[in-house]
Amino acid sequence: MKNKKGSMLRELKQNGYAYLLVIPAAVYTLIFGYFTLPYMLIAFQRFNFKTGIFNSPWIGLDNFEFFFSSPRAWEVTFNTLKLNVLFIVVGTVAAMALAILFNELRSKLFSRLTQSTILFPHFLSWVIVSYILYSLLSTDYGIVNQVLAKLNLNPVNWYASPQYWTSILVITAVWKDIGMNLVIYLAAITGIDDTYYEAGRIDGATRWQLIRHITIPLMMPTIMILSLLALGKIMYGSFDMIYAIIKDNGLLYPTVDVIDTYVFRSLRTIGNPAQAMAVGLYQSVVGFILVWGSNRIVRKINPDHALF
Amino acid sequence: MNINRSRLFDIANAALIGFVSLLCLVPMLLVLMVSFTSEASIQQHGYQLLPSEFSLDAYKLLLGTSPLYRSYLVSLFVTIVGTLIAVLITGMAGYTLAAKHIRYRNGLAMFFFITMVFNTGLVPWYLINLELGLRNNIWALIVPSLIFNPFNLFLVRNYMSQIPGSLIEAAKIDGANDMFIAFRIYFPLCMPVLATITLFYGIGYWNNWFNAIMLVDNQNLYPLQYLLFKLNSEINMIQQMQSSGVIVSDAVLPQESVKMATAILTIGPVIFFYPFLQRYFIKGLLIGSLKE
Repeated sequence: MKNKKGSMLRELKQNGYAYLLVIPAAVYTLIFGYFTLPYMLIAFQRFNFKTGIFNSPWIGLDNFEFFFSSPRAWEVTFNTLKLNVLFIVVGTVAAMALAILFNELRSKLFSRLTQSTILFPHFLSWVIVSYILYSLLSTDYGIVNQVLAKLNLNPVNWYASPQYWTSILVITAVWKDIGMNLVIYLAAITGIDDTYYEAGRIDGATRWQLIRHITIPLMMPTIMILSLLALGKIMYGSFDMIYAIIKDNGLLYPTVDVIDTYVFRSLRTIGNPAQAMAVGLYQSVVGFILVWGSNRIVRKINPDHALF
Repeated sequence: MNINRSRLFDIANAALIGFVSLLCLVPMLLVLMVSFTSEASIQQHGYQLLPSEFSLDAYKLLLGTSPLYRSYLVSLFVTIVGTLIAVLITGMAGYTLAAKHIRYRNGLAMFFFITMVFNTGLVPWYLINLELGLRNNIWALIVPSLIFNPFNLFLVRNYMSQIPGSLIEAAKIDGANDMFIAFRIYFPLCMPVLATITLFYGIGYWNNWFNAIMLVDNQNLYPLQYLLFKLNSEINMIQQMQSSGVIVSDAVLPQESVKMATAILTIGPVIFFYPFLQRYFIKGLLIGSLKE
């Protein structure tokens, strides 16, 4: 029997080309995935670009204290969780309802055509979406205020009214991603065994009863799993979306500023990587616990769908 | 009676779905129409789906000498080069992770997978990029997004592991090595999944402005999306375009329509490739979401 080292060398010699093929991706992941880990330590430093990670002074938990003692800590955490939960719940319910309606469509052509248009927003960048929103909500020129004026209602200065923005962002997010979710759910519905429906029809069930007692219950596992997996990412608040739309509009921070945008500003606007890292570390650790926890639940429901 | 009700439902259902699909289209149409509206009309009536006064001023200004061309080139270069490299290294790694005769393939998969679960976040990512000199150059727009999320890698791996391993054995008997098998046998067989990740990467690069906001200050290197982002927050950029030599007939600078016209030109390629995009996107979603 050969020792392990020898057989490893033999494996590399025998399949060298295959290992060569994986090297670019592996080196890349090593650098951008693993080499980033030590940088997390700067959360405990008074980091300075000149002295770098090795020579910056250690200051214990000061950076964390700075964040958690400010009222913004609670605000951005709450907003991140609030927006993500709403995105998941409203997005799932809307896409599911739409998928059920689509499944009832008779005309294949109409179904394909409308699916194409509903999927379209998914391919737009958030910057483009911010322009679309602006064309609707602009105080002076926007369509919404024009409609309000026609109805003899007062125009609203949308970009200065934080109370509306939770709903606006939820609607926007659902609008952009409903097409993608529709495709997934529709595929799941089409995958349901036809014999269930035939049996139901023989028993004289109406279309609504078929939906209520066959489609929805059989879709529940898929819905649960997709929602739980989304729950794992709940600490990460789509920077792309929020920063493209809100930018640095402080008036709207109370309802829509999230951890990601807060970290971005600490890093790039205020220019304090160590403080930004402290918040980022808090986000990563809680995020990891949530991924791990939700995966455990998914594994309990259906091991095939678990991530790990 | 029952049949009538069922028929009524069909009509109502189709109407509702038609309405939803219009909701997804009309806001984009509004942006398009505003881009063709004269500035005076916007000042007077606001944005309109049917412009009171039609005008091409915005496009005239943009298509004169303007930063738009440079940003278009930057975006095209980044998207094409980035996507090619990303697809190549993802496909190659996918083969190794899928080939059953590779002993350490599961260990390797784990190595990639861990980075997917534990996210170190923005700050380390930023510092690594600075360390690598990825700042204010074209590679800063490409390298940081190559395989930032290994999701695509697993998509390729899963697809490739459905190909029977006996194919590799047969090729090996004929004297082929893994390099040859990957490029000449596996890649042609896996065109659907490779097309899908090409699309994912391509859209990702085209729509990316995050790399630019983080790593690029030089205006010559702004990709389209970032130019567009800046255009909305910095009005002087439009004046700059104006002063770069284009004379528009109107005395008023078509500020509002220029913004919208830039948005339209930015999504141009997406609309052009849309039928292809949509087809492979749906395929990819189905490969990715429904495990066998």
